[in-house]
Amino acid sequence: MIDTTVKLPGIHMKNPIMPASGCFGFGKEFSQFYDLSLLGAIIIKASTGERRFGNQTPRVAETSSGMLNAIGLQNPGVDGVIADELPFLYPYKTPIIANVAGSTLEEYSLVAEKLSKSGVHALEINISCPNVKEGGVQFGTDPELAYEVTKQVKKVSSLPVYIKLSPNVTDIVGLAKAVEKAGADGLSMINTLTGMRIDPHTRKPIIANQTGGLSGPAIKPVAIRMIHQVYQEVDLPIIGMGGIETTDDIVEYLLAGASAVAIGSANFKNPNICKELIHELPETLQKFGFNSVKEAVGGAHH
Amino acid sequence: MLREWMTIVTHQQIAHQTYLLELQGEIAGLVDNPGQFVHLQISEQYFLRRPVSIADVSPIKGTITLLYKVMGEGTEALTKKGAGEKIDVVGPGGKGFPMDEINSKKALLIGGGIGIPPLYYLAKELTAKGIEVVSVLGFRSENDLFYLEEFKSLGEVHITTNDGSVGTQGFVTDALPALDTIETYFTCGPTVMLKNVKEKLDGIPGYISIEERMGCGIGACFACVLETPGGCGKGYVKVCSDGPVFRPEEVIL
Ligand SMILES: Cc1cc2nc3c(=O)[nH]c(=O)nc-3n(C[C@H](O)[C@H](O)[C@H](O)COP(=O)(O)OP(=O)(O)OC[C@H]3O[C@@H](n4cnc5c(N)ncnc54)[C@H](O)[C@@H]3O)c2cc1C
Ligand SMILES: Cc1cc2nc3c(=O)[nH]c(=O)nc-3n(C[C@H](O)[C@H](O)[C@H](O)COP(=O)(O)O)c2cc1C
Ligand code: FES
Repeated sequence: MIDTTVKLPGIHMKNPIMPASGCFGFGKEFSQFYDLSLLGAIIIKASTGERRFGNQTPRVAETSSGMLNAIGLQNPGVDGVIADELPFLYPYKTPIIANVAGSTLEEYSLVAEKLSKSGVHALEINISCPNVKEGGVQFGTDPELAYEVTKQVKKVSSLPVYIKLSPNVTDIVGLAKAVEKAGADGLSMINTLTGMRIDPHTRKPIIANQTGGLSGPAIKPVAIRMIHQVYQEVDLPIIGMGGIETTDDIVEYLLAGASAVAIGSANFKNPNICKELIHELPETLQKFGFNSVKEAVGGAHH
Repeated sequence: MLREWMTIVTHQQIAHQTYLLELQGEIAGLVDNPGQFVHLQISEQYFLRRPVSIADVSPIKGTITLLYKVMGEGTEALTKKGAGEKIDVVGPGGKGFPMDEINSKKALLIGGGIGIPPLYYLAKELTAKGIEVVSVLGFRSENDLFYLEEFKSLGEVHITTNDGSVGTQGFVTDALPALDTIETYFTCGPTVMLKNVKEKLDGIPGYISIEERMGCGIGACFACVLETPGGCGKGYVKVCSDGPVFRPEEVIL
């Protein structure tokens, strides 16, 4: 028997696999494809203080081995999420991680405080969204601001707090250390890499917002490198993500130092991907000589 | 909705850069209404799926028919697949034209280019309900014409081409028939065309089918949203799951 369970602050999981924020909505659509209770956990779409419409369309473009998106954090606002979206998920036997976004420290605190009383199991603080003009990304690129936002959110939240780091920085370890010092319970790595595509026919960027966040297999080596670096320097559990499509990819993340993984845009390619990966993982762990997920975590560092 | 490897039964060119693709599988049995689409994975090389309308359904054969035009790399690569091969399909997606809601005597169908395919299945279903159908179909040029005989077998057809090589020269809005007996219109095509049709047919109840770039195609990623006038409802609709068919007054084009 291969032990796939994972215990992280606030989330006790049957397996280390969860859908990533923004790639799974609030779960409803994917529940037509399989039972969401199979998932190790579920990370829901970002909530902000007020409802947001998001950016102009086109909001997505295809790239080699991935895609760009600039949704712009469209969501019904934290009150709408709590009232209209979360109740659907409560009956499932799956821990819920709520993704928190904002443009000011006050907004992060407000959203985190409300969500921490809503019945979810942990918070993921998105200090790394590249697709909104105000705030968002600078909280994730300046270690002092990252420290501050973590501190504030920890103050108002009774739940474990995972900080989602941006790869759009030169010193990822500096940021990870800053949020560790501020009391973060875990890290989520990585968000999308800022990119652009231009249509030669129109001579204009394809995405209306001009830039978008790159996701998919194209970013996997960047995520693996960053997790490998951070694992050595910081003593926090890491939820790894970026381009995961196979169980071999998952093992690579575990070896780099992730304790669990999230599946993002691959859900668009194959709506059954999480279910299929969960089914295949034990066999793959065995293939590489592991009896449990825990055994594989950080395996590249021994 | 399902994700399924469907079998290619027929794949043939029917006009300039235009292909007919007939697919067999369980999805064929799940189609509720004309106007729904399937989301095709062309190959591992293309990260995003391609949305293509269901142009016809054969319950007996258990197949759906798609009519598509080569518009870029993905649709070009699709032409290389042959009968007998399998293709990864998610569908049926979206809500389509609400057939139960419609009870007119006479309907006007207006299609432009790759917006024409879903109107064929619609025309079949409307005539099956005893509704008279008049179609106005716009193409680039004579070489691009497809499904003319099929539409003709269901009712009156008017053709326009941009270069005038056949039918009326101009756009679909240049060849509209007398509107006094039309009780409902249905239109699908490029957004500029939809805007013009909406203006010209203001006052007549209608349904428009809209194209937007998609991520998930199932309503989860918010890639395909349109604003609603005055922020009514939630302030937005998702083309992939609330649409692609809307009432013209429901959305801002
Ligand atoms: C609901 C719906 C129904 C459609 N039905 C049909 C149909 O029946 N027949 C047909 O020929 N075409 C149809 N289209 C358009 C078809 O999806 C595009 O022509 C196709 O995706 C182009 O892919 P490509 O790789 O050749 O082009 P590329 O330009 O290389 O595609 C790049 C990316 O842009 C997207 N894209 C490009 N054009 C469009 C477009 N017009 N709409 C949405 N996404 C686009 C592609 O999906 C892909 O992700 C439909 C579109 C929608 C939204
Ligand atoms: C369409 C889309 C929307 C996203 N929305 C969010 C979001 O709201 N909050 C967030 O923290 N990350 C968001 N992300 C980032 C993903 O959660 C994930 O970090 C990233 O896509 C990398 O994983 P992947 O390569 O598996 O997609 C979004 C990604 C995509 C593609
Ligand atoms: S394409 Fe994802 S919500 Fe419509």
